[in-house]
Amino acid sequence: MPQLLLELFSEEIPARMQKRAEGDLARAFGEKLKAAGLDATAIKTFSSPRRLGLVVDDLPSKAADVNEEKKGPRVGAPDQAIQGFLKSAGLTSIDHAQVVEDKKGAFYVARIERAGRATAEIVQEITPEIIRAFPWPKSMRSGVSDLQWVRPLQNILCLFDGKHVAINVDGVPSEAKTWGHRFHAPAAIEPKDAADHASNLRAAKVEIDRETRKALILENAKKACAAKGLELVDDIGLLEEVAGLVEWPVVILGDMDPAFLDLPGEVIRLSMRTHQKYFAVRDPKTGKLAPHFITVANVEAKDGGKAIAAGNARVLSARLSDAQFFWSVDTATPLFTEERKAKLQKIVFHQKLGSVWDKVERVKALAEELCAVTGADPKLVREAASLCKMDLVTETVGEFPELQGQVGRQLYALTKGNHESVAAAIEDHYRPLGPNDRVPSDKVAMTLALADKMDSLACFWAIDEKPTGSGDPYGLRRAQLGVVRIVLDNRLRLELGAWFVKVARNFALHAPLDRASRFMRLFEEGAAENVTLDVLRSSMRLGFLTAFADQFDDLSKGLKRAEEEVLLARQDDPDFEGVTDSTFNYFRAVVLGHFDNVISVVEADRLKGSARDEHLARFADSVEVYERTSEDVYFFTDQIIGRPLLEFAADRLKVQLRDHGKRHDLVDAVFALGDDDLVRIVARVEALDAFLKTEDGANLLAGYKRAANILAAEEKKGKWSAEEATGEVDASKLSEPAEKALFDALAIALPAARAAVEKEEFAQAMKALSSLRAPVDAFFEKVMVNAEDAVLRRNRLLLLSRLREALSAVADFSKIEG
Amino acid sequence: MAATKPPRCFQDVILTLQTYWAEQGCAILQPYDEQVGAGTLHPATTLRALGPKHWRAAYVQPSRRPKDGRYGENPNRLQHYYQFQVILKPNPPNLQDLYLQSLVRIGIDPLLHDIRFVEDDWENPTVGAWGLGWEVWCDGMEVSQYTYFQQVGGLDVRPVSGELTYGLERLAMYVFGVDRVYDLPFNDPDSATPLTYGDVFLENEKQQSRFNFELSDPEQNLRWFADAEATAKRLLEAGAVLPAFDYTLKASHLFNLLDARGVVSPTERQSFIARVRDLAKGCASAWAESQGSAP
Repeated sequence: MPQLLLELFSEEIPARMQKRAEGDLARAFGEKLKAAGLDATAIKTFSSPRRLGLVVDDLPSKAADVNEEKKGPRVGAPDQAIQGFLKSAGLTSIDHAQVVEDKKGAFYVARIERAGRATAEIVQEITPEIIRAFPWPKSMRSGVSDLQWVRPLQNILCLFDGKHVAINVDGVPSEAKTWGHRFHAPAAIEPKDAADHASNLRAAKVEIDRETRKALILENAKKACAAKGLELVDDIGLLEEVAGLVEWPVVILGDMDPAFLDLPGEVIRLSMRTHQKYFAVRDPKTGKLAPHFITVANVEAKDGGKAIAAGNARVLSARLSDAQFFWSVDTATPLFTEERKAKLQKIVFHQKLGSVWDKVERVKALAEELCAVTGADPKLVREAASLCKMDLVTETVGEFPELQGQVGRQLYALTKGNHESVAAAIEDHYRPLGPNDRVPSDKVAMTLALADKMDSLACFWAIDEKPTGSGDPYGLRRAQLGVVRIVLDNRLRLELGAWFVKVARNFALHAPLDRASRFMRLFEEGAAENVTLDVLRSSMRLGFLTAFADQFDDLSKGLKRAEEEVLLARQDDPDFEGVTDSTFNYFRAVVLGHFDNVISVVEADRLKGSARDEHLARFADSVEVYERTSEDVYFFTDQIIGRPLLEFAADRLKVQLRDHGKRHDLVDAVFALGDDDLVRIVARVEALDAFLKTEDGANLLAGYKRAANILAAEEKKGKWSAEEATGEVDASKLSEPAEKALFDALAIALPAARAAVEKEEFAQAMKALSSLRAPVDAFFEKVMVNAEDAVLRRNRLLLLSRLREALSAVADFSKIEG
Repeated sequence: MAATKPPRCFQDVILTLQTYWAEQGCAILQPYDEQVGAGTLHPATTLRALGPKHWRAAYVQPSRRPKDGRYGENPNRLQHYYQFQVILKPNPPNLQDLYLQSLVRIGIDPLLHDIRFVEDDWENPTVGAWGLGWEVWCDGMEVSQYTYFQQVGGLDVRPVSGELTYGLERLAMYVFGVDRVYDLPFNDPDSATPLTYGDVFLENEKQQSRFNFELSDPEQNLRWFADAEATAKRLLEAGAVLPAFDYTLKASHLFNLLDARGVVSPTERQSFIARVRDLAKGCASAWAESQGSAP
């Protein structure tokens, strides 16, 4: 079948964007081709600094013909309907439509036959659309052109079936040409097809395939190292980046002044990596860095690369001299100094959450409490907490932010009487940094790591800075996954939801006392100057939390004062009414403590007319209902922070379990029980998973579904109720052997399952339940549930209810699919 | 174009670049007579990038960064140095080739050295300007900044200008294989009076570093900043954009002097930058308007 080759030839595309662009290009073409009636199953892509392109090998020369029938209005329908039909079917007269009869009468049908368009024409049409809408992370204009592209686009080569297809995008040249290596072979090349394109370019010192470039770099770098008895320090991220910086990779081994080896290895490696994109090299005998580096040039230099190696070595020396200076400043003092602490007090962690030092204090308090869960030594935890953020204000971390934690550890190691656990905690309290990063296993480290993340989660939730679909600027998803992984990997037993509430309460109660007054000021300004609801929203949340910290009286007073002001303002300015109404209600809702209604007022503000009135009315009603007791603090922090965070944790857990091959519906089934002990949840999920894979389990699930359906149907008809379901089976009235057998089996299985669950022996509980399988199957086969006799019917429905109950002891089976 | 001899000293690099860009139709301007932190701030770039009129210019601009002073003791950090600045508006489609040719002229053979365009998006928040482009590497060393301006003074620029900045000292050090800036030959090393960069500038670095870090008067500079700001505003209101821009540059440099004395807290820093940006934006809009803004 004909082949399509497209090459977008441009000035240098940032390395980090190339790989994703290949995916975006393939996706966009696949979709657009499909929409045009062309199925492209194998789209191959390529990219390099100067080109992005694709090859489709299996495109037909034209799209499939379209034959469809379009049903129209009844014969004799109003003219408007007829005209609309003609327009949509592309007919000029109703005479061209056919009349078809069915039971309801005669109606029009248009038979549309369209010959498929030529593929070249389709490509010519969709390519400009794809280029104009291409999702580059950042794009730009150039010269006088209107086109937005990542960097100036210089040519669009498009060949279909060996023939040039001119693509017209804002005056960008579209010639059937490409160009080789910028310096080695700048002349134009006119390829015949994709294979010719790739091989001609290879001859012109351009390797268009990213994976081939990566393999070449890796292979040659290893060779260059081996020739000197050295070993390459693998760096997959760097390899990917470097493959995007060169079209013709030439590996060069350079020398580094051995005097720099006094620096910590990570500092050297990062200096090389971040600033220079060099690979580090180590001595396989000692495992330590060797005084060399690997750079990947884009040229086969005339002198074999001597000048390039020398030039790069000089640049590296200048870089490492800087690093050496920073390191010498940092190591001149111990890790903890009053000066560093003072600096941390000045660095804003988040405007509403205080300084980094404030965070340290919160984390320290929480970590100390968590010792009861982790079994860590509170003294060491306190020490580690005080030290863990100190390195943020060192010169070295200022230069290499990636080294946070590691620098702290190294500096701490220089102090006398240092403790290995504290060192581990300083370095590892940021971990795990992603799904594949190491989870701290030292008790002190895991305690601090957990406290650091839980504090961020609860506090950002409290100020309503949650991750959204489009962004997670504070890395809260990663933090939550970290919490999940730390808890599970170390089998920590804690009620996560309750802990989140505790953190949030502590934050709210210990928040600086001026928060309440600051909040009042904001509100007053808001009432006077139409401060937007969003601004109020976050500050009020804080105010609300603080309201219970002995500030209640002030707020009540403020409320009265605000009410008066609103009334005054309203007399003067009718336009003021809408805003102040909802602002004012909003404020009351917060102070009176009904958070859900706060949300509904916000919603109401966006709504109009009756929907708005309805929301406001509902709000007004429920505000009255709420009492102001200190118990509410717990309730509301639970509502705002505890439960949503637990759900958030459940989401992360699902992702985690899914990655390990567990079904998400099983997690749902277990979470629905309301448990918040992750270790127990996972144990249940695992037992459930194993159980459902057995024949007994699968059958029992089917039996459960059948029972639940019958009960639900009866409940719906009003012939059975949850209340009735709590009744006792009348054993004397059991008539059929199968129902007697089920009754007996339940009498054994239900308590056995419950007892096993109590002991957290979930496999045992499942085993107890599996004894129900045969009696359940027999019951459904032999027994008619909806018997004429009311007593018999009641008994049977009760048996089904018991069955539902028995299974619910281990999971909510209604959430399980299949 | 006749082959020219490769440069042998610092001033040869400047002369070669000037000749080369003059050949490309640039007006060769002289340094702007205000103290600025970067060549971009010359009105020939900042203001001329705005509006529909075509423009090509190249010039050397002495740049002052008070904080970077090292009393002449650091081999490559200076508080006063030269940038060579080129602006072509609209950028021609072959600007990359033109740029690479300029490197060849100053003696960098692209088949002997490794020249790379590495992503680096340029931004100058004090004048509300940004663009996309690269830092150009030669054997791992950044030798130029290459930018397609997208916004100046918070305004979209149409047509787009291509802007090139050569860090002259660094480039010369690389070309001549010199590790310490003060050892660079400034004029012809075989001339009757050979001078090094140190002969010309070492004393200046020592004294100016002293001034920047020890002798400048922060209170006076605060007053002067306020005065410069007020004057710039007044001039803007009077429709005198170019003088207003001069006072904006003065304010910007006074802020840099204050910053070097470490008397600006992080919060104040933001506010100072915002004040200068407001002035720069005012100048940019007024200038764009006077040029007949693009639709």
